[in-house]
Amino acid sequence: MNKPLALLAVLLLAGCASERVVLLPSADGRPSGVVVRDAGGEQVLDQPYAATVRRLGSLRGYQSDAAEVEARYGQTLRAMPQRPVSYTLYFEPGGDKLTAASAAEFANIKRDIAARAAAEIMVIGHTDRVGAAAANDALSAKRAQAVREQLAGEGVPVEKMEVAGRGEREPLVPTADEVDEPRNRRVEISIR
Amino acid sequence: MIKSQRAPALLLAGMAFCLGAQAAELAGMVKTSSGQAVIERGSERLPASIGSQVFVDDKLRTGSDGAVGVTLRDNTLLSAGPNSLIVVDKFAFDSSTLAGRMSVGVRKGTLSVATGKIAKQSPESVDFHTPTSVLGVRGTEFVVEVSGGRDE
Repeated sequence: MNKPLALLAVLLLAGCASERVVLLPSADGRPSGVVVRDAGGEQVLDQPYAATVRRLGSLRGYQSDAAEVEARYGQTLRAMPQRPVSYTLYFEPGGDKLTAASAAEFANIKRDIAARAAAEIMVIGHTDRVGAAAANDALSAKRAQAVREQLAGEGVPVEKMEVAGRGEREPLVPTADEVDEPRNRRVEISIR
Repeated sequence: MIKSQRAPALLLAGMAFCLGAQAAELAGMVKTSSGQAVIERGSERLPASIGSQVFVDDKLRTGSDGAVGVTLRDNTLLSAGPNSLIVVDKFAFDSSTLAGRMSVGVRKGTLSVATGKIAKQSPESVDFHTPTSVLGVRGTEFVVEVSGGRDE
């Protein structure tokens, strides 16, 4: 396409396409924002239901509300996937035995997985800093595998689960080497 | 001797072909689907069913009664409402470092977004675009609507 034609195409497109962007309240209540940029400049939406609409080529800001969002986008929003969730299970020192409290949490995890359509599960093992780094890589993988086997035993399909061991390199609570820290002996299960 | 060397060469060629065919990166998975909803991949049109994989360059198209929801690998949630055409232009994500980038286009219809780990880690690597605008985000939920957009 030569330049004048391309320009004409852009102008035609801008003329007939109308657009609307609405910032929704964030699920966790934390501040959020969208910056909408076009050839004419930019608009910042940083309050719940702040909106901008394009008519005749220019963006105009306005305040939308829950009722307008439901009327225009209710069907779209109802198609949103379920939010991902993650659980952390803790271990007794040195091995792959869960603490009693974490063992008890298994029922919740199983229920959560069963309630999701096409669940994908990531099982990531971690250790504290007691022992050599290489041994902890192996131990973290062993913990993750133990959790996967337990989930599989509860009927969760193995092919839905991805397993990884991160050793001692991603502590929840940073410590000096050789510190026995229960909160770092864990497996994180992310479900989406 | 020559014959025995040919087999590995053929095998390599075959592997290269397979790798080539699968070069598009896995971006996510369909989690909700209703009415008419398809994934367009090159010249293929596949039903966007629950559990279908979504790759980079895939287009999600819905009919007048359709809607589809996709979770990307970085936990970004997307849903397209009726009469929509959404394109996953770019997606890359390393689940160890949380580094990645993504670019999703709304050609027409409506797209709802709840951003994920890439937007949290490096918001400048995430954009959503319409035929006339580019949206930058910071840990955000929003909807975009394009009416009168193009059909491809």
